[in-house]
Amino acid sequence: MAFLELKGLTKRFGEIAAVENFDLSVERGEFVSLLGPSGCGKTTTLQMIAGFETPSAGSITLEGRDLLAIKARSRGIGIVFQSYALFPHMTVAQNVEFGLEMRKIAAPERRQRVAEALALVHLEALADRYPRAMSGGQRQRVALARALVIRPEILLLDEPLSNLDAKLREEMQLELRGIQQRMGVTTILVTHDQTEAMALSDRVAVMHRGRLVQVARPLEAYEHPRSDFVSSFLGKTNRLEGKVVERAGERAGDLCRVAVGETVFAAPAPPPEIGKDARPRVIVSVRPEKVEFRAAGAGLVDGTVAARIFLGDHWLYQIETPLGVLLVTRQNVGPAEVETGGSVGLAWDAAQVRLLPFEETA
Amino acid sequence: MAPAAAVDREARRRAWWLCAPALALFLALMVVPLVMTFVLSFHSFGFYTGIEPTFGLHNYLDVLGDSYFHEIFARTFGIALVTTLLCAAIGTPEAYILYRMRSRWRSALLLVVIGPLLISVVVRTLGWAILMGNRGVINTALMNLELIDRPIKMMYTPGGIVIALVHVMVPFMVIAVWAALHRQDPATEQAAESLGAGPLTIFFRVVLPQAMPGVLSGSLIVFSLSASAFATPAILGGRRVKVVSTTVYDEFLNTLNWPLGAAIAILLLVAVLLVMVSYNRVVERRFSQVFG
Repeated sequence: MAFLELKGLTKRFGEIAAVENFDLSVERGEFVSLLGPSGCGKTTTLQMIAGFETPSAGSITLEGRDLLAIKARSRGIGIVFQSYALFPHMTVAQNVEFGLEMRKIAAPERRQRVAEALALVHLEALADRYPRAMSGGQRQRVALARALVIRPEILLLDEPLSNLDAKLREEMQLELRGIQQRMGVTTILVTHDQTEAMALSDRVAVMHRGRLVQVARPLEAYEHPRSDFVSSFLGKTNRLEGKVVERAGERAGDLCRVAVGETVFAAPAPPPEIGKDARPRVIVSVRPEKVEFRAAGAGLVDGTVAARIFLGDHWLYQIETPLGVLLVTRQNVGPAEVETGGSVGLAWDAAQVRLLPFEETA
Repeated sequence: MAPAAAVDREARRRAWWLCAPALALFLALMVVPLVMTFVLSFHSFGFYTGIEPTFGLHNYLDVLGDSYFHEIFARTFGIALVTTLLCAAIGTPEAYILYRMRSRWRSALLLVVIGPLLISVVVRTLGWAILMGNRGVINTALMNLELIDRPIKMMYTPGGIVIALVHVMVPFMVIAVWAALHRQDPATEQAAESLGAGPLTIFFRVVLPQAMPGVLSGSLIVFSLSASAFATPAILGGRRVKVVSTTVYDEFLNTLNWPLGAAIAILLLVAVLLVMVSYNRVVERRFSQVFG
């Protein structure tokens, strides 16, 4: 049995279902992200695990115990809030100590555990400060120490890094992951930031309109998205509407042929979700980094370079083609390969093409 | 060369013009009478001579040296202090309950809370007189139920004045605390809950300390309004329980000793101002590092 198990979890607000029939198993020590755009129900799910919202249906069990029968304050769950929610009238040490006081732990042990927790987040020196006098990153660390000091069975992180600037966010990501692995605490992160989810988690659970659409390891979800939504939400992609014109053979590894407009190219055999139609409509997804430049006329499709944007470690090209505007990214390892206004051929390995069930809009 | 400065000057002039009506009103209705009262307080008064335009501190010395006035001042500030403490004790939980309420109920109940302020002070106070008199509603009911043999004396006591003042002052406290509650991060309550705190612990350890600036500013309003309240102590205290404002009234209208009345009024003003300023300073020192 999994450590934390959500089964058929549903939350309705009046007529609207914020979360519907949500199933998820989390192993002990695992780091799982709930990822999705705002309003997809990820925060509501977190609130139900924390005990701040009561599910309309479904169950939550922790090691087989029914968590819904336990009040929020007795669940032993550590939470880091988006706003950090530090107690402004208490010093850093008092903030961290609060949970231990509530657990009626003796003062000497409290002091020792507060010191340990503050050392974990490198804030020993600021124990007597008030939150007001601290930076966003420091407050974030206090919030983390306060949640971890009670040795929670589960750590819930609600968009914990979204109020930090980009550089600090990256540093905190590494640190957060390090601390989580050292402590071995089972962690659920709620975020709308796909890079954050992929960087931190063992598995990402992508949510869309209150439903779970895919749970997978980050690489798996990125490389083999099961729907148009997952494909577009995780990273950038070239999304084309096309049609299978020739089904693949029977052997494993056989390719099929798809047409996008006038252009026809090879792709892996369509996944079972696409159905048994002879010539089904499909969404064709090719990641920008999988597209290669060729000489004009030597690729699968020709185009002209509409824009070239320098992004430090890589270049982003917009290429106008008969298929529409395609994005191409190139590592910045030498001089730029093509100039704005120039014409190029584009090609990609058939194995890198993904065929997804057709949906009207992503 | 400096069109920006010209525009700036123009904007400033316009600002003055916009302020002018309010400023004129303030000068005519507040500053002028206050200065005249201040000047008046140095004049002297004789039964046969009336007000004489002398300049001396004798009125102040009379008040400061007379135990009769000491008692009145002590009673006034005692009533104001007890009223303030009761308002804080009632108004703070009330504001929190309102704050936690669903919005539909909240707007209706907020109106109930502000209710006392919507009724004329005389009507409201006479209402209390009907309730609290020796043959009033409360005493009659208690006697008919044979819970007491003799009426409890409430009219013409400081206690009665406090009850009526609390009734009308609680809304000020509720509004001040309410504003402070809205400034705090609602997630702090959830954070405390997730760390194992029960509802009472959350209120006393997390909500109340954060709402304290509101409680303190509300106290300041309630205290100064109670210390200078007139109608309520005049009707419920009568001649027997005098407070400073009713004393001033008597000096002006019964004894006709306007200079003495003016001196008492100025002393009340100064005393209230002193309490407010020193209180403010203490509060600021206490909270500046936490809330700023």
